[in-house]
Amino acid sequence: MAKLELRNLNKTYTPRVVPLKELSLNVENGEFLTLLGPSGCGKSTTLRLIAGLEQPTRGEVRIGDRNVTHQPPGQRNIAMVFQSYALYPHMTVYENIASGLKLRRMASAEIQQRIGEVSQFLGLGELMQRKPGQLSGGQRQRVALARALVRRPDVFLLDEPLSNLDALLREQVRAELKQIFAAQPTPVVYVTHDQTEAMTLSTRVAVLNDGFLQQLDSPKRIYVRPANRFVASFIGSPQMNLLHLKCEGGFAQLGRCKLPLPSQVTVPPEVIFGIRPEHVRLVRPEDQQVLQGRVVLVENLGMSDLLTVQVEGTQGTLLRALLPPDQSWSGKQISLALPPEALHWFDVQTGDRLPDALP
Amino acid sequence: MTLVQKDAPLDVVPPRRWGLAVAVGLLLIFSLAPILWQVLTSLKTNADIAAVPNVYFPRQLTLEHYIELFRRRPFLRYMLNSAFVASVSTLLCLLIGTPAAYALARLRLPGERFILAGVLIVTLFPYILLFLGLLELVRTFGLANTYLALIVPYTAMNLPLTILVMRSFFQQLPRDLEDSAKIDGYNTGQMLWQILLPLTLPALVTTGILAFIAAWNEFIFALTFITRESMKTVPVAVAQLSGTAVFEIPYGALAAATVVGTLPLVILVLLFQRRIVQGLTAGAVKG
Repeated sequence: MAKLELRNLNKTYTPRVVPLKELSLNVENGEFLTLLGPSGCGKSTTLRLIAGLEQPTRGEVRIGDRNVTHQPPGQRNIAMVFQSYALYPHMTVYENIASGLKLRRMASAEIQQRIGEVSQFLGLGELMQRKPGQLSGGQRQRVALARALVRRPDVFLLDEPLSNLDALLREQVRAELKQIFAAQPTPVVYVTHDQTEAMTLSTRVAVLNDGFLQQLDSPKRIYVRPANRFVASFIGSPQMNLLHLKCEGGFAQLGRCKLPLPSQVTVPPEVIFGIRPEHVRLVRPEDQQVLQGRVVLVENLGMSDLLTVQVEGTQGTLLRALLPPDQSWSGKQISLALPPEALHWFDVQTGDRLPDALP
Repeated sequence: MTLVQKDAPLDVVPPRRWGLAVAVGLLLIFSLAPILWQVLTSLKTNADIAAVPNVYFPRQLTLEHYIELFRRRPFLRYMLNSAFVASVSTLLCLLIGTPAAYALARLRLPGERFILAGVLIVTLFPYILLFLGLLELVRTFGLANTYLALIVPYTAMNLPLTILVMRSFFQQLPRDLEDSAKIDGYNTGQMLWQILLPLTLPALVTTGILAFIAAWNEFIFALTFITRESMKTVPVAVAQLSGTAVFEIPYGALAAATVVGTLPLVILVLLFQRRIVQGLTAGAVKG
């Protein structure tokens, strides 16, 4: 176990194809860092650079106090779980798990002991003599995990390990993954495009887009205080409401409702206003900011209804709200409240979050 | 009513199945009849072979033609020559062609498309046209009447096919496997030998057999570059079989030689057919 450090990493294939433009971050012992982003954001490239499967154009990869930038993957003492599992089809499960240890000339007694521990931990005992072709998707996934765990590497790398599993199994394995990696101190770097995985598994999340780091924070802060417009729209489902609003004297105008802007030096002429659908609620007597609107669409999500509301006093501005499904909303006129602590403000030009008073 | 009409044909064998069976039968007869004819001829006595009208099934079985092949002529020697030349050129073909195919499949080589186009054009090239040039080369290097005179052109002749087939096979192999091997600590040699080779075995066997058959059956180079009796290969020996008198055509011996010359290929294919069919990559990745 050791800390992983990326310094000013850049990968350029051609002047037009630059999957990773600039990335610096640290992953400490015991941390579970998720690289999250849409496809093509540079997250897989980053993982391959850490693994040594690709060479960075600029920058350094350090593990502990070693600079491993120019070391081949086999010498970096990392272990990786692939999306496709990448088990060797002609070897048994045992041979698959043992291969990395045998190559490092470990004594066979220790290999057996380690494999014994891991297989008991992951419940692979009876599968040891099977070939990967005879295993189900979930079992293959476990073998791939076992092959990584048994190595006791300095860093674990996981490349979308759940995306080939069906939805039910995915949830189960996700919980297992969390337990497995919480029980050990080695840093983990996990790549996914699935925000649920990122939120549930990680101690920290790095949101990437277009080859740049957008935000590096705990899952909670990423959700509560997205650093910019991209993070705000990418994290959270259903997606955050993001509206262009005109400003006047410290207030933004939404319909007939005046929303107080965060206190700051200059008031911009326009601003992007954001609120998550789950934070919009029905009006209560004590509310001051009240919004009138007509429900134009109801989507039943089971535990709640997702309403699309046309805001009164605007030209067709739509706001989505998650409300309890205890009555039929369709076509109704409703009054909504926007709690001040749940509002997000972003700059129109840069997309950055406007500074606010909240910590 | 419609339901009954729909269900009724299920009880009898559907006509499409019959059609298929007939088609398969016709195809089999069409392709196997000449071979059957050769086998039957090789077992007939000379009297039966010469009889008019034709005797289709031998009235009396005899092995005299086979005995003649091996006793009166050094046919075993010819077969060993063929086997040696074909095996060595096949092995060379795989040894040279496989790494080339891997490089073409995995590396981003400058001018890769031109290399591939070149390889493809060579397969289209009628090699008879090379023949005179090769003859000159064989003379210059003093290779006439050596095995090398055949091994080198056979290898060259089969290389393009080997490279193209193996390349498309390597392209189907998941890249993750190689990445995973690198991370596990395999060096390039170990990765090729312990991971890729076992997985490519079916493709190696398939292309190997194709190359072997081509080399085994080759006639023109073998006829020209080899004149010494003890170095001749099977196709040349068969063509040069002659009767005791000038005008006698030894049909029986020819038929026996054809059968004996084909048998090794049949055995080879039967031996390896499981390997050819088997898809060893099953289970490497989510299937």
